[in-house]
Amino acid sequence: MASAAAVASVLRKRWRRYALRTAAGACFAVMLLPIFFVCWLSFFKNEILSFPPEGYTLRWFTALWLQPQFADGFLTSLEVAVLAMLGGLAVGVPASLALVRSELPLREALNTLLLSPLVVPGIVIGTSLYFFLIDVELATDLPLTGSMVGLVFGHVLVTIPWTVRLIAVNLHGIDRAIEEAAMNLGADRLRTLLKVTLPVIRPGVVAAALFSFVVSFGNLELSLFLVSPGETTLPIAILQYLEWKIDPTIAAVSLIQIAIIAAAMAATNRFVRLSQVV
Amino acid sequence: MSPVSSVRLQSVSKSYGDHRAVVDFSLEVAQGEFLVLLGPSGCGKTTTLRMIAGFVEPSAGRILFGDRDVTDLPPYRRNTGLVFQGYALFPHLTVFENVAFGLRMRRLEREVVERRTQEALRLVRLDGFGERMPRQLSGGQQQRVALARALAIEPEILLLDEPLSNLDAKLREEVRVEIRQLQRRLGLTTVMVTHDQSEALSVADRLVVMSGGEIQQIGTQRELYNAPANQFVASFIGRTNFFAGAMTEPRRFRTESGLEISVAAAAARERLLAIRPERVRLGSANGAANSFAGTVEFVSYLGATTEYVIRLASGDAIAVEAHNDRADGLEPLAVGSQIRVAWDADACQLIS
Repeated sequence: MASAAAVASVLRKRWRRYALRTAAGACFAVMLLPIFFVCWLSFFKNEILSFPPEGYTLRWFTALWLQPQFADGFLTSLEVAVLAMLGGLAVGVPASLALVRSELPLREALNTLLLSPLVVPGIVIGTSLYFFLIDVELATDLPLTGSMVGLVFGHVLVTIPWTVRLIAVNLHGIDRAIEEAAMNLGADRLRTLLKVTLPVIRPGVVAAALFSFVVSFGNLELSLFLVSPGETTLPIAILQYLEWKIDPTIAAVSLIQIAIIAAAMAATNRFVRLSQVV
Repeated sequence: MSPVSSVRLQSVSKSYGDHRAVVDFSLEVAQGEFLVLLGPSGCGKTTTLRMIAGFVEPSAGRILFGDRDVTDLPPYRRNTGLVFQGYALFPHLTVFENVAFGLRMRRLEREVVERRTQEALRLVRLDGFGERMPRQLSGGQQQRVALARALAIEPEILLLDEPLSNLDAKLREEVRVEIRQLQRRLGLTTVMVTHDQSEALSVADRLVVMSGGEIQQIGTQRELYNAPANQFVASFIGRTNFFAGAMTEPRRFRTESGLEISVAAAAARERLLAIRPERVRLGSANGAANSFAGTVEFVSYLGATTEYVIRLASGDAIAVEAHNDRADGLEPLAVGSQIRVAWDADACQLIS
């Protein structure tokens, strides 16, 4: 009897372990399969996608050079993403300091407000920003619609939830006594911030920068409304291409984009362990 | 070394809403004195220390270093050296840079920073550790870095916030001796906060016992132990036996349980009698003014001493501490043995 119970217990444990592994495997598959297929597709020889491939080629990559909208889009996206990243940090660092360190009466409300761009659908933000910028332009005569300023402004908006969240979490984790120690040793508030607080939360800041970059770089919905006529970001260039043709060119573009972002993450990870922050 | 200051707190209070953390606290710490604020957690001792350091603004009262009123100065203009409970070392800086931090904030010349940092590290016997990062050090070493960092700025006042509480028992004793020797050698005015009475007794020149935000008693170890101002101090400093009752005639105290106890003092109003366990003897009265029969209820052999709890015929339990220092001393008594306990009239402390 006892041995039957023991066998049942072992079986139950084993069953649990298999169940866990299967679930984990399924999750990874769901996340990674699309990326895998995109990479695979980009080497297919046939112009019209079909399985199995007729053969493999690199011509979709070489063909990219002949289509300037991708290179232009890439450069624009890069420029916007870098500016949005800087803008996101410029807002995110002080905002998280205020959220975590001060005793603002409306802290919770402010926190929710700063996270709201995550909740509102991008297309809605895009539309409303577009109308807002038109109104501001009409009122002030500043050329905002269809300008780089407007585009970057919109992108900064969607990076804010990421920067605030990541930096605030990091700030929560550090011992307040460290800042008090700096003040006790003669550092005023500014020098405490520059010499102690910011260096200590560097992992959070770096992670925030990376995420803002990625979020901005891949953004389509806002850019659709905010780009200037004749200019495209990479996601817009891809969308426009897809309206006419579905061939592995898009997969090739995506593969390059994935490679760049992966490289950025790997580089960042050397600097700070992302898994510790995020 | 820059001149060390005395510290004066004049009727300092701190309230958080309705909660009164520190109430009407007045105290003078002399130059070079080692003063310990002692009390259970929540007694206001840490708040008091933080007011001296400048992190907590008093609701009322003034704080003076020497003759200088620092009440309204921010922490970074006070020149105190604070050693934090968790050390609060800068994790991103080397040991050397941690210790040099305060000197760099004072914009001293490079050579001066270099020299004084090395001196401070030598003082805590950590020379050669300058290039390490704090996380590479043991708890005791981190503690010494924190101390060196506080000393390097040549503070007017050294503040220690439970500096030993994160160390294991053995190290704790070593470090407290070390801190005490350094403090003496440098002649530093020092205020330390602790909840550990043995730690407090071993280092202090003078102690302040606090409870509920108020000073219960200020005095030397001897004064607190032998003449506690109230029941709180008597029970907080060392262990003691209490008997509630009243004086029935001069030099005679009658407990509520009916014991008649001869006391040395003639005071009349006190309602509480305290007798330290080590003043109670086991066995014959041997000329003692008080002697009662009882039964051994609990025995705890501790090496140098044996602790007993004796249940007296009156129903009172009395703790007795016997020194195991005589060849003719008693074998540890068995639970249930009948025994007499005795103590002198002057062993009795009357407490209001």
